[in-house]
Amino acid sequence: MIKARILIRPKEGILDAQGKAVENALPALGFEEIGHVRVGRIVELEAESPDRLEDLCEKLLANPLIEDYEIETFAG
Amino acid sequence: MIWGVLQFPGSCDERDALNACQIASGGGPGHARLVWHEETDLSGLDGIVVPGGFSYGDYLRAGAIAGLSPAMTAVAEFAAEGGPVLGICNGFQVLCECGLLPGALLTNERTRFICRQGTLVVGESDSPFLAGLEPGQEISIPFKHQSGRFFAPPEMLEEIESRGQVAFRYAPGQNPNGSLNDIAGITNEAGNVLGLMPHPEHAVEAFSGSTDGLAIFRGPALAGAGA
Repeated sequence: MIKARILIRPKEGILDAQGKAVENALPALGFEEIGHVRVGRIVELEAESPDRLEDLCEKLLANPLIEDYEIETFAG
Repeated sequence: MIWGVLQFPGSCDERDALNACQIASGGGPGHARLVWHEETDLSGLDGIVVPGGFSYGDYLRAGAIAGLSPAMTAVAEFAAEGGPVLGICNGFQVLCECGLLPGALLTNERTRFICRQGTLVVGESDSPFLAGLEPGQEISIPFKHQSGRFFAPPEMLEEIESRGQVAFRYAPGQNPNGSLNDIAGITNEAGNVLGLMPHPEHAVEAFSGSTDGLAIFRGPALAGAGA
């Protein structure tokens, strides 16, 4: 058994509306020095082996047209 | 023409789509039926609608999980045989997610849910769904979505444009979501699969202010494109 953490985020160059919305809220909260916010998501899961994780990402967890993903695995 | 309207857990526009199919086919319940997401037998159906809503809650990405449903596997076969398939709103997202249409739909530029009547311009596509419409013609139907920003990488976008796959654009100045090239709806290369974000099924009876949506549902019968 292994554990995996998959980081999925919008591809560079694609307007990240969620990140932009967070960024736009920052000055009102006093975080003027922070910018270029991008919001993605993390999927944590357990698997018998890492063999099919890439397939899973391509087919379901990420949309490769608009998102990049990175798979990190840990011994269970 | 007998239509099948898919129904996923979380669909919400399937009844209006069913009604639109029935009106377009001359009225009566015999002209359309709902197809539950676990069904795979589409025999006897001449056209398919993948309706709007929030299939499976849209929890991962809009349309992603529905794209892998048993019914969609059957729809992919139906489409490969030339059967007309219409995806509206969430249905458009599902068709993109499962690869029947190119591109993807992202959260609206301003992240807001949009709900208002708007104008579309008919594109230069020879899709059977456009058989009753002229290129350049304007139609008035509701815009109602939060993830409708059409995106395709530059090469793919160029192909969509050059092959005449743009079925509808938002009228000048009305692009509500940041879609590339004002694209509101596209077809597959063969033209028998159409996806669009706005809602023709909500514009089929006079009380709603416009009946412009009917032409899209009447198109396949007009073009003789029943599967």
